[in-house]
Amino acid sequence: MLNAKIPAGPLDSKWKNYKATCKLVNPANKRKLEVIVVGTGLAGASAAASLGELGYKVKAFCFQDSPRRAHSIAAQGGINAAKNYQNDGDSTYRLFYDTIKGGDYRAREGNVYRLAEVSASIIDQCVAQGVPFAREYGGLLSNRSFGGTQVQRTFYAAGQTGQQLLIGAYQALERQVALGNVKMYNRHEMLEVVVIDGKARGIICRNLITGELERHFGHAVLLCSGGYGNVFYLSTNAMGSNVTAAWKAHKKGAYFGNPCFTQIHPTCIPVSGDHQSKLTLMSESLRNDGRIWVPKKQGDNRKSIEIPEEERDYYLERRYPAFGNLVPRDVASRAAKERCDAGYGVGTSKQAVYLDFADAIKRYGHIEAGKQGLDHASDDEMIKMGKEVVKEKYGNLFDMYEKITGENPYEMPMRIYPAVHYTMGGLWVDYELMTNIPGLYALGEANFSDHGANRLGASALMQGLADGYFVIPYTIGNYLADEIRTANIPTSHPAFEAAEKEVSDRINKLMSIKGSQTVESFHKRLGKIMWDKCGMARNSEGLKQAISEIQQLKKEFWSDVKIPGEISEMNPELDKANRVADFIELGELMCLDALQREESCGGHFREESQTEEGEALRHDDKFMYVSAWELKGDSQWELHKETLDYEVVKPSQRSYK
Amino acid sequence: MEHKNINVKLKVWRQKNGNANGGFEMYDANDISTEMSFLEMFDVLNERLIREGKDPIAFDHDCREGICGMCSMFINGRPHGPWQGTTTCQLHMRAFNDGDTITVEPWRANAFPVLKDLMVDRSAFDRIIQAGGYISVNTGNAVDGNALPIEKDKADLAFANAACIGCGACVAACKNSSAMLFLSAKVTHLSLLPQGAPERKTRAINMIAQMDKEGFGACTNTGACEAVCPKEISITNIARLNQEYLLAGLTS
Repeated sequence: MLNAKIPAGPLDSKWKNYKATCKLVNPANKRKLEVIVVGTGLAGASAAASLGELGYKVKAFCFQDSPRRAHSIAAQGGINAAKNYQNDGDSTYRLFYDTIKGGDYRAREGNVYRLAEVSASIIDQCVAQGVPFAREYGGLLSNRSFGGTQVQRTFYAAGQTGQQLLIGAYQALERQVALGNVKMYNRHEMLEVVVIDGKARGIICRNLITGELERHFGHAVLLCSGGYGNVFYLSTNAMGSNVTAAWKAHKKGAYFGNPCFTQIHPTCIPVSGDHQSKLTLMSESLRNDGRIWVPKKQGDNRKSIEIPEEERDYYLERRYPAFGNLVPRDVASRAAKERCDAGYGVGTSKQAVYLDFADAIKRYGHIEAGKQGLDHASDDEMIKMGKEVVKEKYGNLFDMYEKITGENPYEMPMRIYPAVHYTMGGLWVDYELMTNIPGLYALGEANFSDHGANRLGASALMQGLADGYFVIPYTIGNYLADEIRTANIPTSHPAFEAAEKEVSDRINKLMSIKGSQTVESFHKRLGKIMWDKCGMARNSEGLKQAISEIQQLKKEFWSDVKIPGEISEMNPELDKANRVADFIELGELMCLDALQREESCGGHFREESQTEEGEALRHDDKFMYVSAWELKGDSQWELHKETLDYEVVKPSQRSYK
Repeated sequence: MEHKNINVKLKVWRQKNGNANGGFEMYDANDISTEMSFLEMFDVLNERLIREGKDPIAFDHDCREGICGMCSMFINGRPHGPWQGTTTCQLHMRAFNDGDTITVEPWRANAFPVLKDLMVDRSAFDRIIQAGGYISVNTGNAVDGNALPIEKDKADLAFANAACIGCGACVAACKNSSAMLFLSAKVTHLSLLPQGAPERKTRAINMIAQMDKEGFGACTNTGACEAVCPKEISITNIARLNQEYLLAGLTS
């Protein structure tokens, strides 16, 4: 039986009571305790910095050349916090409620409430670090709105919020490095967890410059290694983002929670050809001002600007008048797919819809003219002023669009299409962010915990920093307080020997195959299977096919992959092969999970389970639980269920109409 | 957007590791769609090299959307290639013509030793940040975010400098391999904000000392850094840095 260890008591006092009663480690003992942090994105950097400040001896690892490169840096739109600076009715409860509802009632109340509760402190902390959030002329912080909410609670720094937050956490981390509290290992990839007497005690990693395997001991291990969207090959993730750290933990016995819950983001730049290596997101913040439409006529080949207003279908505004263009991501993505599948798509591929700023430009131009007292401004003058305003708000995103597509979005609508963006699933963790392996934690996107079946915009940054700055510093103490008598275990221990041998055997095996197909070609094939059969819409037959295709692909990979170079040198193709091998196994589990969950919820849409209007239809009577999968052997998993109890919120069919 | 396929020749720096001698090698990249990014063209070439049993070209890259700062190619004598305000990963093949020969080198600077082919070690930048590129505030010490209003102009200017992605193009472009633009962006970002004021003096002094220690050169105001910065960080920050440094030296 899975125990999430949610503290007893009313929702709004669970975390307060936990903090007041959890065990503490005194400063002299903290100095003796070592903590390993894998990954240096928002969750990892904030955790490593905060634990270093507390006095723990921290070792942090990242595969990039600097911790500042972690993919949190690419988050664009913003970070939510229940500050209610706008006086528009926001509160901790509302942020909690929106997140639970946005997640389609598949997240824990206790975790989500805690997230909402600490959200305000995150903003304060980041401001204190010098994160340059957008401000109003009075010098106070500015907010904007995001999907799935009716208040303005999103803090932002132009379209580079993730970058600014990460640089804040990175600087805090580097400060701890300078103070000697954290030792940083760049260009290192974790390839195994070391478990001794049932507890996580260290890792094996590969030095990506020399190819050497290294052993590192820790009293606890924190995996902050991000999501696994790259299982689809094409996603908005960075090229290096991978599941390997989390997957190694899974293979050592950690349960994987809700693997099929994937977020497909509605506003990305469409695929342009087979050469495509990644997809680029156009921030959700654009939906604040942009209007999404397709032609009312099927197969309309006219240019966007030649299609008159009355022949345009603003389908989100039509279907969801209450939230309009700001419906949650899963809803917006499916609506785009529905229009394209029905033959209304635009662009050469017909797999795209328009995101149009013409109205916003006119509206802002009008406001500017009013502000400047230019009552007789011509339309052209107003459009010019409007473009300036749009440029100030979204300039970097518009520039990026133009560089990639060669089209000017100030003059014609952008073409967008949904793409894989975020994975709500991840390692199963309890309230303390610990996996079912004692001493092994998962933070940020790497865990499954707070977003249910769909994440709301601007909540990933919030969760990563909540976990790292404000949750783990308390919960890890509750565990380490009982470890103060555990002396450092030498890395000559047989468990380290065995773990290193497993890693080197596997690498030797990969290098000895010397087949004919490249790693990249396997990854592309896996991605296509996943996108076609486990993407925006899934059905039983397709998922069964996908599972057998993936099993076949796995056999082929392990008998015919071609990896150039040597083991004991820098070898990016070998690193990629290690990752793709894990993605293949994960892909199978995702399909299995999607097949088992015979309901639609959030980002998981089973075609067999929809309302008459084509909306996702949940089955709370049968599936009100977290699926936590335990690996039992090759392609063998056992399902454990953690029942979700809703004490405060009453789950209902989500409606954004 | 109209697109077509082009053929280009690549003259690429190959170097097995930090100790080996390197040299240029020529490659044909044919049937390249002008819709491809520059790195996707390298992906295509590498796939071919692997199939032919040759060693693929190692290069740094990650986000491929111009924000992580990892990509770092010196293309036709210019960091990140011909487009203004653009990283290598955002450079697209529309920038080139059929039949072009494109020369690709790693960043060249003593403080950025080559690791392999086009990859260099930029950990010197991390150490410069360690010397003072932060505000000393432990988690949990903060006051309410709106307790400290900051003039919008200052906040915006701080943001414009915080936009630095730490790619090192400024160093690669500079004939002295100076890191002054990188450093000045960080010092400006933090010194403009009231939160950063208490550590202003030590920050400027310590970061500059670390820069010298790493082997970066001095600034002679040629402006090459500003011209190639993918985030268009302004060289006027270097004047501000000098001012901060002088002031710190005179008053402490």
